[in-house]
Amino acid sequence: MSGLRSLLTGGQRKLWHFHGGVHLPDEKTLSNGCPVAAAPLPAQLVLPLQQHIGAPARCRVSVGDQVLKGQLIAEPQGYISAPVHASSSGTVIAIEARPIPHPSGLSAPCVVIETDGEERWAELPAPLAASAAELDACDPAALRERIRASGIVGMGGASFPTNVKLNPGKDQPIDTVIINGAECEPYITCDDLLMRERAADIVDGVRVMLHLVQAKRALIGVEDNKPEAATALNSAIAEAGVGDRVEVVVIPTLYPSGGEKQLIRILTGKEVPSHGIPAQIGIVCQNVGTAAAVADAVLRGQPLIERLVTVTGRGVVEPRNYRVPIGISAEALIAASGGYSGELAKLVAGGPMMGFRLDTDLVPITKATNCLLALTPAESPDPGAPLPCIRCGRCAEVCPANLLPQQLYWHARAKELDKVQDYNLFDCIECGCCAHVCPSHIPLVQYYRFAKTESWTREQEKRAADHARERHAAREARLERQERERKAKLRKKKEAVAAGGAKPAAAGAKPAPAGTKPAAANAKPAPDGAQPTPDANAKPQADTADKQALIEAARRRAAEKKAMLAKAQETTATPVDQQAPVQGDAAATTKRAQPREAVAADQE
Amino acid sequence: MAMTFVSSPHSARVNRVDQVMLQVCLALVPGTLALVWFFGWGVLINMALATLFAVLAEALVMKLRGRPALPAIGDYSAVVTALLFALTIPPTMPWWMTMLGIVFAIVIVKQLYGGIGYNPFNPAMAGYVFLLISYPVATTSWLPPDVPALLEARELSTLSFLDSARLIFMGALPEGLTWDAVSAATPLDEMRTLLDQGRTIDEIRSSSPLWGSFGGRGWEWVGNWFLLGGLYLLWRRVISWEIPVAVLGGLLAASAAFWLVDPQHFPFPGFHLFSGAAILGAFFIATDPVSACTTRRGQLIYGAAIGGTIFAIRTWGGYPDAVAFAVLLMNIAAPMIDQYSQPRVFGHRRSERKKA
Repeated sequence: MSGLRSLLTGGQRKLWHFHGGVHLPDEKTLSNGCPVAAAPLPAQLVLPLQQHIGAPARCRVSVGDQVLKGQLIAEPQGYISAPVHASSSGTVIAIEARPIPHPSGLSAPCVVIETDGEERWAELPAPLAASAAELDACDPAALRERIRASGIVGMGGASFPTNVKLNPGKDQPIDTVIINGAECEPYITCDDLLMRERAADIVDGVRVMLHLVQAKRALIGVEDNKPEAATALNSAIAEAGVGDRVEVVVIPTLYPSGGEKQLIRILTGKEVPSHGIPAQIGIVCQNVGTAAAVADAVLRGQPLIERLVTVTGRGVVEPRNYRVPIGISAEALIAASGGYSGELAKLVAGGPMMGFRLDTDLVPITKATNCLLALTPAESPDPGAPLPCIRCGRCAEVCPANLLPQQLYWHARAKELDKVQDYNLFDCIECGCCAHVCPSHIPLVQYYRFAKTESWTREQEKRAADHARERHAAREARLERQERERKAKLRKKKEAVAAGGAKPAAAGAKPAPAGTKPAAANAKPAPDGAQPTPDANAKPQADTADKQALIEAARRRAAEKKAMLAKAQETTATPVDQQAPVQGDAAATTKRAQPREAVAADQE
Repeated sequence: MAMTFVSSPHSARVNRVDQVMLQVCLALVPGTLALVWFFGWGVLINMALATLFAVLAEALVMKLRGRPALPAIGDYSAVVTALLFALTIPPTMPWWMTMLGIVFAIVIVKQLYGGIGYNPFNPAMAGYVFLLISYPVATTSWLPPDVPALLEARELSTLSFLDSARLIFMGALPEGLTWDAVSAATPLDEMRTLLDQGRTIDEIRSSSPLWGSFGGRGWEWVGNWFLLGGLYLLWRRVISWEIPVAVLGGLLAASAAFWLVDPQHFPFPGFHLFSGAAILGAFFIATDPVSACTTRRGQLIYGAAIGGTIFAIRTWGGYPDAVAFAVLLMNIAAPMIDQYSQPRVFGHRRSERKKA
């Protein structure tokens, strides 16, 4: 068996399998025949403030500002966020909501730049190293900061901020960096072309990453339908003399081998734990495009302002790959490819299996857009009305997560949200294999997305309800305590009056525990030194000092809590973009939690 | 409606229910030809009758349920049910019994539970069992296989197309022939009867020209032709290997265990494999996806249990063949088996049992 496998893989290294997967007609020859072309500079660039997972960037320019190519126009807000740079020089003509490429088809805040055609560069930061060979002298923190400041996010589609991913923390030592050049979706060839044309830059980027996470080796996974790419990478590795640390591994073409978890499994045999991230098993996975962008940023100081996009499908006249400035409209790219060739079934951003349909081509290309796919009715026929599930189980056979898609479907349809989670809905990567093979043409992935959204909504509602309940309980407790204190105070007053200064001398003989308390406070010995609540009879000025200290303490606690939450958020954030809404909510909760703490402190 | 398909994947779908069903029909061709060869035209007449009534019943129920009838008929699931049902009943079955059986299968077992995809029981087998219980004599009276040596030795006759049609539609036997002259017990039936009389296997096998290399003459070859169709289904990935392999494996294992202990009172495993509906059942009936298990491990358990149950009912039960009962019994257990045989999900440590 292993002999056979080594024969199949050219005797290189042991490869592992993941469950299921489907063989798809790859359709890559449509667009990989000619070299990458530079897209024409459009008259307008539309730059969404959020092109990444995490908090949207904060706009730093205003309407009317002149901007230069590579200039920062929006800065990150928070740890999981990324800046946006102008991808050409020109004038900011609007900052407003524009349609963006998003499954929802909604609009989002964008900076609109009217280009001046001069491509004047902003002053770029100096390279951190003259070449990849001199990286060893570089401070990892500075490298990370450069990657962050260059706005680099995962370019395979998930668009998670790269610097965060490259900062797994000391408790998670990284053994292997995996570079994803599998590009398993049909039609898409931009990574293929990137590997062929910029193999040296990819290898440089890989070296930066290796240095950053102090990993021993990097494996570049390339599907065997891209032999030119593998050859180019191999010669770049040989030229750089890093063959001992960086290896190209050719893997069988099988969708979805390019899924992060699947690729890790194929190359290392390890499985990323459910709800976990690769760093937990000592692995960081990055796309080849990200590696090239990292090299640009570190060795050339160039921020992420352009990327490769495949414009393909039989719905366009001349499918090919373009190097495009971020923010160019899909329409302009389609026009560059000769326009639509006739009847169009749908325009898809991304691949046919996981991409989403665009309602309009008047949307910008973002950092995450790898492909514009114009599908004819013959390529993407209407699957027709779904028929009842006949429980044939083909879906379970092809599921790369080894789920039971059919059971998930039944429970999602019945809105049984507990049940879908019992069947591990959140391990679904939405690769679409199940729907692809379903003989009843049931839009299974749609059901799963629906169930996920419903589950998040319910989770949020539950959190809100819990929050309200906690607040209510806290308020009740506070009122009760205040009442108790008031009564105690009254009683003490009465006692004091009854005693009528009969024993002032005795009281004075006892040293006050607080030490600094004015003599008047000695009229009553402090009842319990350990109790932080100041004596009700204490003088106002002393009281304020104590209160101040308490407020300080509460603030410190709040800050600690916030930091903890942020850390928790960071660890949960990484795996899938779908978790974004949850994180958003967690952040919101943190924000809400702060003033509450402060109020509580004030009331102490 | 258009909204439904905004979601990915955007690829052209590679399967369709009607194509799956037609593949099954196609895979039944070799076995059917073999049956016709050995048992005459009655087989084909039954298939035509059952298909007709199945489609009519399906259309009628869909109409009563206020749903479009055409898509339901167009998925050919009723046709597959009808064909499988017709293959299990004797070629001399009166037409109205065939009608009752298939209408029961389609209306009660399939449609009353919600139609395709929702029936907990295999409709064809439930229809067959319905007839077996209601009309045990008619359901167990098979024709002798058309093997000259056998026919001569027992002075039996075969039926022409017209004879078969008249028998089925009017219950009239050809001139000068008695029922005894055209019917014969199935080898499974005969074997059990003789074993019950205390005869040993050697005595039984040497006493009559009925016996071939494995099971009964003629009969034993039908299974091979169904096997051919079953392999076609495997090749086209209409079915997966787990259930057929487990059914046959379970049957072989159970029969081998007893045969090894006492070869004079338990027929050897090949006899079980090539008699009755074992192979048809393993590839075409137990694999009915709607009523079977869906998890991989579940299918292995389900299949093996069917194999074991077939052996048990054949050996100690009161009915000639056991495939139908075994399948129906395991249909009952399928949901529970599924519940406890879930696969280990990617990234999880081991398969975690879920509470029902």
